[in-house]
This record gives sequence, structure tokens and C-alpha cells, in this order.
Amino acid sequence: MSLIAITDVRKSFGQTEVLKGIDLDIEPGEVIAIIGKSGSGKSTLLRCINGLETINGGSIAVAGVHVSGEDRQLRELRLKVGMIFQQFNLFPHLSAGRNVMLAQTVVKKTPKEEARRIAEEMLDRVGLGNRFDALPEELSGGQQQRVAIARALAMKPAALLCDEITSALDPELVAEVLQVVRKLAEEGMTLITVTHEMNFAREVCSRVVFMHLGKVHEIGPPEAVFGAPKTPELRQFLGMQ
Amino acid sequence: MTDFTLWDIVRNLLFALRWTVLLSLVSFVGGGVIGLLVLFARIAKRRFARLPAKLYIELFQGTPLLMQLFLVFFGLGLFGISVPAWLAAGVALVLWTAAFLGEIWRGCVEAIAKGQWEASASLGMSRLEQMRHVILPQALRIAVPPTVGFSVQVVKGTALTSIIGFIELTKAGTIITNATFQPFTVYGLVALFYFALCWPLSLTSRLLERKLHVSHRHH
Amino acid sequence: MTYSFNFMWLATYYPVIVKGILITLELTIVGGVLGIALGILCAFVKLYGTAPLRVVVATYVELIRNTPFLVQLFFIFFGLPALGIRLGELEAANIAMVVNLGAYACEIIRAGIQATPRGQFEAGASLAMSRLETFRHVVLVPALQRIWPALSSQVVIVMLGSAVVSQIAAQDLTYAANYIESRTFRSFEAYSVTTAIYLILAILVRQAMAGVGRLVFPRRVSR
Ligand SMILES: Nc1ncnc2c1ncn2[C@@H]1O[C@H](COP(=O)(O)OP(=O)(O)O)[C@@H](O)[C@H]1O
Ligand SMILES: [Mg+2]
Repeated sequence: MSLIAITDVRKSFGQTEVLKGIDLDIEPGEVIAIIGKSGSGKSTLLRCINGLETINGGSIAVAGVHVSGEDRQLRELRLKVGMIFQQFNLFPHLSAGRNVMLAQTVVKKTPKEEARRIAEEMLDRVGLGNRFDALPEELSGGQQQRVAIARALAMKPAALLCDEITSALDPELVAEVLQVVRKLAEEGMTLITVTHEMNFAREVCSRVVFMHLGKVHEIGPPEAVFGAPKTPELRQFLGMQ
Repeated sequence: MTDFTLWDIVRNLLFALRWTVLLSLVSFVGGGVIGLLVLFARIAKRRFARLPAKLYIELFQGTPLLMQLFLVFFGLGLFGISVPAWLAAGVALVLWTAAFLGEIWRGCVEAIAKGQWEASASLGMSRLEQMRHVILPQALRIAVPPTVGFSVQVVKGTALTSIIGFIELTKAGTIITNATFQPFTVYGLVALFYFALCWPLSLTSRLLERKLHVSHRHH
Repeated sequence: MTYSFNFMWLATYYPVIVKGILITLELTIVGGVLGIALGILCAFVKLYGTAPLRVVVATYVELIRNTPFLVQLFFIFFGLPALGIRLGELEAANIAMVVNLGAYACEIIRAGIQATPRGQFEAGASLAMSRLETFRHVVLVPALQRIWPALSSQVVIVMLGSAVVSQIAAQDLTYAANYIESRTFRSFEAYSVTTAIYLILAILVRQAMAGVGRLVFPRRVSR
């Protein structure tokens, strides 16, 4: 059974249809890269999987359970699927450690000590074991994004959605974040990443999805997508004529 | 009427000042509590909660406080209750304050970046949990200066309760004027007393605002 | 509740209400126009005036903003005759409104002017405009445009605040309500009707301010 089953998903904002029937099945442990021009619907697709947007047609199932938008079920879903954002979105009034602890104690009712232990472990995993008490504003962009990853990991999700998580970073900070994601991939985490880092996609991902005008335009293993693109749109996107 | 010394006037005004302070406190605290309810209704997910809150705010911000006082005073009277002035004054000012604080706080909540809602939602938090742990703590910080600023309006607003016969600072001024025929001195002193109450609040609000601005610019 | 509502009095007393509306509007228009003018003047002094003048204006602004309008009104109407300044109730009401709005408008406009980027002023100067021209076209007009919504809200607040001028027997809308109340004993009805009228007036004044804004600042600068 696939971990995430996306079937003919449609999403409109007002009159404009942004997702025009997406089909995509993701197996546990897969690492998917979603590429495509700005505005092609990549973020919207991730947001639909996480229930931040409600879909207008088709269906999304995570671990066999359909995403309905009903409150309690949404909560279940989000415990299974974490999300990392372009803008980090750390809680600015809480220290790095507290950022990682908060949802554990509030949503999962994990006891404080246990939550703290997990937070320390997760911060360690992203190389920030010594910054537990730092406020977000005291951290670099790369460090903030790594805290955001630790925060999502602490919920023990089955899959992580990453939406251009290095796009807001200064170039010299990109590598440290990608390194963390690479490690997660090696450890078997299911990842769906929207990215412009083509080398990363080529080296780490099991499959690459090229989105164009709200559709999955081309899909395949990285060798095929990057090595032998079938459609002119993908060739153009990759800068080959 | 020359047996009224300046000290007599001041003493009597100070005596009445207590009621201005007390009414201000009651209005501010009561208005704050109801204002929170207004805030929650105003930003609720469901339309049927948002709409009444919006109407409530429009109504209280779009009509004179004096009319609200009259309506509460005579409106409660319709139920056959003979309403003491202090009660009508308290009820009207609490409702009025709630509308303004609710709207001020809504602005603060809406000033919190959308990403904060999304990040906390993606971690599985319910709306109430998001509010409690993520949004309100941040909104509170930016809400302090305008809230303190509005307390000045509350203190000044209590002056209107003199018109329905509540004996606070302004009403005392009128009574003393009628006894002494020294309106210039008496109303001058009344104004000074209000100023002594309000100015520190205004300054505090401005100071807090500046502090918030500076700390904002630093990141 | 055994009380039965009765609005029959409206037929007899509507002229009183109409007159009250007109006076309230007159107070608002005079207060609005002169108050904003006073506010511009004070903002100008506060930003560019000599030190003593600045202190005078600052004192005026703080005094007005930190005391109730009702007390200001009483001081002007009952207190000033002690200095030989005797005013009719409408004159006193008008002056009180101008003085009150002037202080608030001063602060709003000053903040708007201070938010003008410095480069703007220099750009104006480099185009060989005189200081005054630069101020008018590059600083004042854009600043007014920026703060027009805040200024409009303040005018509405002053209009609603004007309800208290009935206390010095100026015959505004609230005075009409009191008059009808005392004659018909239909207090709740009289005040409900006038409250509703105030609500409509507030909406109208807001619209009018928006209209003036569109007229004075024809092209909205996109920001
Ligand atoms: N909340 C929204 N309201 C209206 N239109 C939106 C909204 N979010 C995204 N869109 C539109 O949907 C399209 C796809 O957006 P998005 O999924 O962000 O694309 P991508 O992430 O591939 O750049 C764009 O045209 C965008 O303008
Ligand atoms: Mg995007």
C-alpha cells in the first residue's frame, strides 16, 4: 500500500484551476523531488497533502485514510505528515528547544521531561544540540531552518513535506540544510521536496516530478528526467534546447 | 459664597476623583474580559460568530457613547428596574470598552504572520491551541501599547456618566461650580485632575510603542 | 415586559430632529475643516517651528488629548467668561470642536509627515523647487493622503463626541432627543431613533471624507 495516494486532485482559487487532476502514489521511504516553473502549483499540491488547503475534487489518502478536512481527522493526518516552509516559520517568542517541544506537549500530550529529551535528541540530529536555549532571532537562517526540521521530526511523522526550504537562505547556508535532508533520506524518511537544487534532486531522490500548468507533466527516476527529458516543456525548463 | 477656599474645592474634587478612578478600572477590566470574547468571535472560523461581533463593534464605534449611556439607563428601566446611575454607567462603559478593545486586539492578531498559523497547524494544533500557545503570546506583545493608549479614552469616557447623574469628577465640578460661581477655577482644576490621570498613561503607551519599534528593527 | 413601544411622536417632533441633525452636521463640517487646518498648522510648527513655539503647541496637544471633551466644553463655555470672553452656546461648541480635533489632527499629520522618506525632500530640492513648494507637493500632500483614513476616523469620533454639546444647550441632535424625551416620556424610543441617526451620520461622514479624499488626491499612489 502506498503511504500517500493522490488521485485526480483538483484545486481552484476562485475561477482559476491551479491543480488540474494530479495523480501520484508515494511508497514509504521514497524521496520525491517536485520541480517546475513558479506558479505551476507545486506549493499548492504540498499544502493540499497537509490539509492547509481543501481540495475541490479527487482524493488524497495518507496511510489508507482519506483527507477529509474534518478537524479531528486533520489532526491525525498532520501527525503523520510534517511540513517545512520556505520562511522557516519558527515561533519567535520561544527558544529553539521550546519550538521543538511545544507541539509534542500540546498535541501529543507528551510529558514535559520526555518532550525535552526528544527535543534535545532532534536538535542534536540537525547539528544544533548546543543551541537549545537560543531564540530564533539569535540564529542564522540555516540554523533556523534546521530547528524547523527538528520541530517537525519531533512529532515522529511518517513523511515530511519540504517547500523550497533553502530558497530563503543565503547561498553559503544552503549546504548545511541540504546535508540534514540528505541524512534523513538515507535513514529512510519519506520525503516530498519542492526544490530548485537540481544536483540535490539528481543525487538524493528516487523519483522526480515535473509539474507544468497544474499537472504532472513528466515523472520518472532522476536519470530519465534529467538525462532524457521527453517533453519540450521539461527540456526548456532544464535549459536544454 | 466666599467661604469656599481653593483647598475646599480641591478636597471635594479629590473626593470625587475616586469614583472616576474606580469606574475607569471597572470599565477597563470588564471591557477587557468581554473584549476578549468579542475578539474570539470576531476572528472565529465560522461566519455566524464573526457577523454578530462585527455588528457589535460597528454599533458601539459608530454611535455616541452618550447615547449608549442613555439607552442603557432608560433601556434597563424598561424592565421595571429602577437603575442607579453608577450601574448604567458601568454597564455602558464596559460594553463600549469591549467593542474598542476587541477591535484593537483583532488588529494585533491579524498582524501576526500567516506562516505562524500554518506552521502550528502543520504540527497538528487545533485552532484553540494555536491561539493559546502561538498567536496570542505574540499578539499580546504588540497589543500592550495601544491597549494602554486606549485606557486614556476610558478615563475620559467616564466624564460622560456625569450626564446621567453619576457623581464623579466632572459632576462634582458642576456641583461645586454651582455653589462657588468659580467655573474658571473649578473646571480648570477638573481638567488638571484628568490630565494627571491620563498623561502618564499616554506617555507609557508611547514609550512602550517606541521600545517595541526598536526591538523590532533589531532583527 | 409589559412596555409597549410607541413611535407616534415622530409625526409631531420630526422637525426638531431635522434641526438637530443640521446643527450636528454644521458642527462636524466646521470642526472638521477648521480642525484639520489647525492640525496642519500645529504639525508644521511642531516639526519646523522655533523651540518656544514647539513647546506651546506640544502643551496644547497634550492638554487636549488627555482631558475629556466635555470638560473642555465646560471650560470654554462656563469658564472663559471669567476672562471676559463670553460665547454663545453654538460658538462655544464650534470652538471646542475645532480645538479638540486640531490637537488630534496635529499628531496624526505630524506622524504622516515624519514617515516621509528623507530622500523625497532632497529629490524635490534637486528639482529646483522652493522649500515651500517642496513641502507642499512632496511632503504635505503625500502625507495627508497617507493619513487620510486615520484623519477620517478622527472626524467621525469628533462628530460622535459632539453629542455632549447638548449639555451647554446647543441644539444638536442629542438636544432634540432630550427635548422629545422630556415632552413625550418616550425615552427609550427617542434615544433609539437618534442613536440610529448618529449611526447613519457616521457612515455618511465616512463616505464624505472618502469622497473628499478622492477629490483632493485624485490619483492613488500604489504602495
Ligand atoms: N491563496 C491563494 N489564492 C489565490 N491564488 C493562489 C493562492 N495560492 C496560490 N495561488 C495561485 O496558484 C498558482 C500556483 O501557486 P503555487 O502552488 O504557489 O505555485 P508554485 O509553488 O509552483 O510556485 C499561482 O498562480 C498562484 O498565484
Ligand atoms: Mg511555491
